[in-house]
Amino acid sequence: MSVAIDIQGVSKRFRLYHQKYTSLKERMVHGGHVPFEEFWALEDVSAEIAAGQTLGILGRNGCGKSTLLKCIAGILQPTAGQVVVRGQLAAMLELGAGFQPELSGRDNIYLNGSLLGLSTKEIDRRFDEIVAFAELEQFIDNQVKYYSSGMYVRLGFSVAVSVEPDVLLVDEVLAVGDERFQMKCMDRIQQFQKDGRTIVVVSHSPDLMRDICDNVLVMDRGKVVTIAAAGEAIRVFRERLIESGFAPAPEQVAADGGEVDAGAGAPVEVVAAQRKVKLLSATPQYARQDERNYIESGEPISVRVDFEVAAPVSGVQFKITLLTEREAIVFTSTSAGAIEGMPLDPGRGSATFAFDSMTLLDGRFIATIEVRDSGGVVLDILDPGCHFEVMNPGRAKGLVGLPMRVTVNPPGAPEQADVVAAAR
Amino acid sequence: MTTTSEAGLSGAVETLDKPRHAPAGPVPTVRSDEDLPYRVVSSQVRLRARLADIWGSHELFVFLVRKELKVKYKSSVLGLLWSMLNPAVVLMVYYVVFKYVLKNPTPDFALYLFSGLLVWNLFSTVLPGSSSTIVANAGIVKKVAFPREILPLSQVGTGAVFLFFQTIVMALFLLGFQYSPDWTYTPVALFALVDLLVLTSACAIFLSAVNVYYRDVEHLVGVLLQAWFWGIPVVYNFNLVYVELLKHHLHWLLGLYLVDPVTPLILAFQRFFYGQVSVSNIPGYAHYQVLAGYPYHFFLEMLAAVLVASVLLLLGALRVFSRIEGNFAEEL
Repeated sequence: MSVAIDIQGVSKRFRLYHQKYTSLKERMVHGGHVPFEEFWALEDVSAEIAAGQTLGILGRNGCGKSTLLKCIAGILQPTAGQVVVRGQLAAMLELGAGFQPELSGRDNIYLNGSLLGLSTKEIDRRFDEIVAFAELEQFIDNQVKYYSSGMYVRLGFSVAVSVEPDVLLVDEVLAVGDERFQMKCMDRIQQFQKDGRTIVVVSHSPDLMRDICDNVLVMDRGKVVTIAAAGEAIRVFRERLIESGFAPAPEQVAADGGEVDAGAGAPVEVVAAQRKVKLLSATPQYARQDERNYIESGEPISVRVDFEVAAPVSGVQFKITLLTEREAIVFTSTSAGAIEGMPLDPGRGSATFAFDSMTLLDGRFIATIEVRDSGGVVLDILDPGCHFEVMNPGRAKGLVGLPMRVTVNPPGAPEQADVVAAAR
Repeated sequence: MTTTSEAGLSGAVETLDKPRHAPAGPVPTVRSDEDLPYRVVSSQVRLRARLADIWGSHELFVFLVRKELKVKYKSSVLGLLWSMLNPAVVLMVYYVVFKYVLKNPTPDFALYLFSGLLVWNLFSTVLPGSSSTIVANAGIVKKVAFPREILPLSQVGTGAVFLFFQTIVMALFLLGFQYSPDWTYTPVALFALVDLLVLTSACAIFLSAVNVYYRDVEHLVGVLLQAWFWGIPVVYNFNLVYVELLKHHLHWLLGLYLVDPVTPLILAFQRFFYGQVSVSNIPGYAHYQVLAGYPYHFFLEMLAAVLVASVLLLLGALRVFSRIEGNFAEEL
């Protein structure tokens, strides 16, 4: 395992000027002393990122994650320490940075490509591919100033990914274009991962991290809190948020937007000391649990959650999320409807999520539990809540067993009506 | 497995306390058994590494120069032809004015004037442009990593392209007047061209960096250039100054005048393009000296001195640039 990015004790100091004096006269008037405050955006950050790994940098706004990324990219020089980057590096900090509105898309591809370190020959070779990926075949000779903002970022993204770097830095730019283009972008990122390229992604969305990162570095106020596997790191991140009085807004993925109330995406305040409901444990329950530590695919299983209510509360919701060991979300649902409006008095209680038939196939799965109040504020999280293993006695492969019948019509035999139904 | 949030937090602290380098201890920080190039981002990068970086971006340089030209003549019908029309018209005007209106003892004064202007135009258009280039390109400086020296250098490149077009115009006029440059001085002119490019690059790199911190610089440069123009022998004859200063025993002032690194370049260009050192058939003058009557080797010595000075200036400028470049992204 070789190290692709070695961050060695990097610190970065910013000077915050109360009033920026940029002209000579202003500086003279103030005797060369401009009042400023020192602010350490990064403090002694060290990390090693192995080649081929995808690392996420997670943290709240202003925690220094973008500064760290810029130091890796070489846009900012660290005040102390150094970063050693092995291999060609491309940074996607802003899509289409440096596009000249007056030039055509064609000229901009060459200009932007060479800014990102591509040689003319390489751009020549990939030109058609870049244009096709951005879906701008018709407009490539138009001036970029006539492009829509969507076309603009699409072109920016496709130039950036055409670099095929050994190390790719991405800063919150994956959410560009329409949904279809976003999927193309994610595909390209995953292709990069398969190729064994090193990727560093900055985001404040834990769910994106879970989807694509091997490891996640959690930052807080310029310092590294932890570097761990995605699930573990996200748990630490959430704990930190809850500790400091902020909890992530419900549904950062915006999977079901209806649930998100005003200020979606913004952290929702919760005071730790007043945590009304505390999750104690989650335990899987299934048949013959004393003689085996797994269930067979298709058997029933339930997850029992014990909780403690500290203060009377109403309208709580429990949420279960099933994940694979690689942190891909398989299933998410809530208790909405079941106990809605049910007042909970102080004391201990339990909730049970029962699956009549667990159709997941082979593997070890994680269940995480969340409890929220009626306003969507996260009261507590169990991540991971519990694990369970599923063994698949059948032949099917993959993640989920879906009911299926196979019918084969030998050549010459009259076609059976149910074949059509099966094909549907 | 009771994982309450308290327990989870203590887990976080545990991971925090673990020394980060421990698991990666046996892996050396930079492995030499791999042929991948590596790059160090730090506040101290050696000059050689920087120069290699700059050279590695020469294609970017070409694209930036091309961009400058394209943007300058965007949606104009004549396009690049303007860069030749402009000096041609100026040269025409000079010719008419100094031939018929402002009579001047210097024969073919327009050609004399223009051969000096070739040098000065490059110098005086590149410096204001490059002073503001980092600020003007804040968008890419803040978001893309590339050797930023390329930005002022591409201004020099653009200036060089214009110099090339102006030289073509000059050549056409020389042809039109059936006027032959002094071909023996071709090496001197080429040497002067090299000096000019190095000197301009040094100034451009220095000014572009300093202007990020003191935005006065771009305005100051404009004013200084106006004054400087009259300190060099473009409009008047070098000989005039020379004789006058010696007459008044102002040797130190003459020394100062000659220290100006642009002056030898102008003299060299004039010597090559214009070539008439002295003229004897001017009415009212027994022997009118137009150009400095320096011998060939003295030109080479002057230019060598300018080259040494320019290279030193360039190294100094690169050093200043690299010292303050690390904070460009936050200052802009």
